[in-house]
Amino acid sequence: MLSVAIFLPLAAALCLPAVPRRAVPWTWIVIAVGELALVTALWIARGDRGGIAYETDVRWIPSVQAGYHVGADGLSLPLLALTALLFAACAVHSLGRTHRARAFAILFLFLETVCLGLFAALDLLLFFVFFDLSIVGMYFVILLWGHGDRAASALKFFLYTFLGSLVLLLGFLGLYLGADPHTFDMVELTRAPPWPGSPGRAGLTLLAVAIGLGVKTPVVPLHTWLPPAHTDAPAAGSAVLAGVMLKMGPYGLIRIAMPALPDAWSRYAWVFLAIGLAGVLYGALVALAQENLKRLVAYTSVNHMGYVILALGAAGHALGDADARRLAVTGAVTQMVSHGLVTGALFLLCGVLYDRAGGYDLGRFGGIAGGAPALAAAFAVAAFASLGLPGLSGFVAEFQILAGTIGSGTAAAAVTGALAVLGIVLTAALFLRVLHRAVLGPPGELTARVTDLRGSELGAVVPLLALSLAVGVAPRALLDTVEPLSAAVVALVSR
Amino acid sequence: MIVAVCGTPLLAGALLLAAGRRAGRAAPAVAVGVAFLVLAAAVTAAVTRPAARFAFLPGRTGGLAVDDLSAVLAVTVASVLAAVLLYASVEGYGPRFHGLMLVFAGAMLVTVTASDLVLLLMGWEVMGAMSYALIGYIWQDAGHVASADIAFLTTRAADTGLYAAAGFALAGARSLELSTLSGAADPWRDLIAGGVVLAALGKSAQLPFSFWLARAMAGPSPVSALLHSATMVAAGAYLLLRLHPLLAATQWAETLVSWAGVLTALLLGAVALAQRDLKQLLAASTCAQIGFMFLGAGTGSQAGGTSQLVAHAAVKSLLFLCAGAWLATLGTQRLDGLPGAARGHRLVGVTFGVGALALAGLPPLSLWITKDTVLAAARERSPALLAAGFAASVLSAAYAAKALAWAWRPAADGTPGGPGHRTPVPAGTALTALAVAACVLGAVPWRRILGVPDEARPHAWGLAVSGTVAAVTVAAVVAAVRRGGFTAPRWALGWLYLERAAVAGVARPVMALARALDRFDDRVIDGAVRSAARGAWWASRLATGRIEVRVDGLTGAAGRGARRLGALARRPQTGQVHLYYAQAAVVLGVLAAVALLAR
Repeated sequence: MLSVAIFLPLAAALCLPAVPRRAVPWTWIVIAVGELALVTALWIARGDRGGIAYETDVRWIPSVQAGYHVGADGLSLPLLALTALLFAACAVHSLGRTHRARAFAILFLFLETVCLGLFAALDLLLFFVFFDLSIVGMYFVILLWGHGDRAASALKFFLYTFLGSLVLLLGFLGLYLGADPHTFDMVELTRAPPWPGSPGRAGLTLLAVAIGLGVKTPVVPLHTWLPPAHTDAPAAGSAVLAGVMLKMGPYGLIRIAMPALPDAWSRYAWVFLAIGLAGVLYGALVALAQENLKRLVAYTSVNHMGYVILALGAAGHALGDADARRLAVTGAVTQMVSHGLVTGALFLLCGVLYDRAGGYDLGRFGGIAGGAPALAAAFAVAAFASLGLPGLSGFVAEFQILAGTIGSGTAAAAVTGALAVLGIVLTAALFLRVLHRAVLGPPGELTARVTDLRGSELGAVVPLLALSLAVGVAPRALLDTVEPLSAAVVALVSR
Repeated sequence: MIVAVCGTPLLAGALLLAAGRRAGRAAPAVAVGVAFLVLAAAVTAAVTRPAARFAFLPGRTGGLAVDDLSAVLAVTVASVLAAVLLYASVEGYGPRFHGLMLVFAGAMLVTVTASDLVLLLMGWEVMGAMSYALIGYIWQDAGHVASADIAFLTTRAADTGLYAAAGFALAGARSLELSTLSGAADPWRDLIAGGVVLAALGKSAQLPFSFWLARAMAGPSPVSALLHSATMVAAGAYLLLRLHPLLAATQWAETLVSWAGVLTALLLGAVALAQRDLKQLLAASTCAQIGFMFLGAGTGSQAGGTSQLVAHAAVKSLLFLCAGAWLATLGTQRLDGLPGAARGHRLVGVTFGVGALALAGLPPLSLWITKDTVLAAARERSPALLAAGFAASVLSAAYAAKALAWAWRPAADGTPGGPGHRTPVPAGTALTALAVAACVLGAVPWRRILGVPDEARPHAWGLAVSGTVAAVTVAAVVAAVRRGGFTAPRWALGWLYLERAAVAGVARPVMALARALDRFDDRVIDGAVRSAARGAWWASRLATGRIEVRVDGLTGAAGRGARRLGALARRPQTGQVHLYYAQAAVVLGVLAAVALLAR
């Protein structure tokens, strides 16, 4: 059933050339929404039990013990649902856009399969194949539908993340060679972590895996491919890149690095704490100085992903309180979902601005709440969700991360967590600055061109924000799914 | 029940916000209806004491509950909400205003009934966001938006204390429940107390955070009446009253809170006395009056702190609503623009007078008793606290009298009564109700209601002295204003330069750091990436230029050799048969020679 869900978009993409041109957008929407319903049904049917569900394990490359092994657990399901939701939002958002619409739909359906496959993969090689295909797909999205200096941005994105994926492959080979018997199977690797007697090699393997995934996350200082890629990508591309593809990094850390290299992870947990803190503060500060709205939102991603890395670092502190560390891991997963919802919405809204006015310059807007009240309201809600206002998803995530990190009780984690709290003031400052300069106040040069949200744009953004509100008000539906997974990860890291 | 108390305004407010302009003219009526519903629910809850235990986050039990302190606060918030919305219902505010006010009230009710840190923090932060949205209600004006920015950022900077405190609580007490915090292990208990005190100082605009309340006055007057005087700014005092066992468990927190409160009461009292703008005067006096609540919380006087909070809520929302009424009709809130105001609007003038006299601490009005209850508790702690607190109460008599004297001065053009102005019935009802409350709230048996019968009570001679001093001060200031007022020192007029210090000391350096890091990000980090890419390109150029030439040259030479050999091989192929025969003969000869030699 899971495999059907993974490959349904690809199958639809293959059929799409046969669909008449007029019907393409609606066909895409129907498929994307159907896919969302399917994934949601999978989640509901499974409930919040621990362990892996919907497992399929087929021999694929027997010579290296690699299989087509997929399954879904408390970490996969929320991300699968997020993926399906964001792609559906992109489909709705793209309604009425005519530039090579059929190819765009096909590429996005292909990307959807790739992303779903990655979050379900339980085999390193399968994971890697999906990981690299996502880079290829996004390269073409930026190159063919982007704007501005898109060729350079696309090339930089491709080379940087592809190089990262090569380092990741080295790490996977390290895992393969360290396992006895050699295997690429994640479940096997979790059961018997590789390199049991040689901490040095385990450390090197972790280094390679962490660099490979860190480029994708991205962590400071491996983040500079992100701002140009976002700035020049089309709105739907940015939404998917930030909302879904950035999650592949931390997802891989939780799924692969922490369970398979527990000793190395807890030995170098302080590194992740430090990198996470750097991401939180550095990302927010650099975002604060941006004049380009899309670049600013891109840097807030660095900040938000910093929280995730911080929490995972805290989870690795074996001396800390297990309860608090579990809270931190749950917070990290919540942050991944929340960031997908909120930043996805923010990028779609940036796209609306670009559509109307052809620019992202904060200084040239102002007072758009006058002519476009719905746009302004949606932007304000998304901004407050992103800065962690209670009642919206960002707070649930960041509160758990900060409280869990500080509460794990070791001096290093407590100090790092307390410093990371400053990040919430910086994000507040930067979003208020955006609201002040672009949304409120007297009208600016481009304000007259900004008309209000159309039906399709509302249909894409409102569900994302409504879900953010739902998670913020009643988070238990999500958290109860994630909790068993967090407990398992914390137990695995401390063994 | 408790969910109804908090949920009703939240839901109704959210629906009004979502409906937006579609709610149209119905919004004020709906809001007033909801406000009275909430008031009824709050009163019922105060009697029935409902509690709802649930875990917002898995495994962290907590919830909402109404105990003595919460009951008082919930009824206070609901009452002020009802009065303010009733007043505002005829002022022509739209759905956005009413929606935000209701959501604010719901958030405040969550804060005062929360029994764990998560829910408390949630209500706490939503209050801040609603404050932002309401200060910037007139969003077209960049100045108002800037004021909203400053107010939100300052309070959020202090709120970090609560975020950190939640983490420390997990570390030290393994729980987020408020009742467990005082039992947290060392050193976490001190850290929790530090975080809580920081957040309380920020929210309640105590020193050094007071400046944001000055900026908050950019909001409409009903907003100032509900959020920025009666309820939200008092939340810091509530938090400290609620967590008094935690403060008492540490050696230093009680002392710190007491002195922060009494110093704010003194210095901001001076600031209030110096102001030339009515709303600014009232704002500074709010900081000062909340200082007395802090003094009560720090000296362990639940009855004093809480009664001061409730009485001040009635007094100050009344005064702000009156200020709003004058602003709406006179177009000014400058004190020297007020003469004639009170005489022209009799109802507003009289209720303002009652409020100002209560603020001055004149017997037998409410703040006279509540403030003396706090001072009685301070006397038990230290004479220095008592002396400072007493000086601050003299100042409060002075600034209240200053506002009163300006408002009741006859108009400059000699018209003794000014134009007769009728106050609309809903507004008049609200003002009257608040004025009555401002008179009688001191007489409520606070010790019994709050379940603290043994706390210090004001001495008869103390009450007599403070009442007399207040009366004398009022008379002196009124006389001084009649003679033309007095010049105020610039530091007091400028709110102790606190905002300037915060901008120069925090905001500008952070912005400069952000810009520097942006350049660093572009030049150094991305620069390294770019130079790595350039390095790869150079390496490839090098490879094509030097190494490729050699390798290519080698293969080229081999090719040329082969071509030459081919040309040589073509030479014998002349097409003439005799030559082929000759060649065949030569080859046969060679073969024969080879065969002979090989043998």
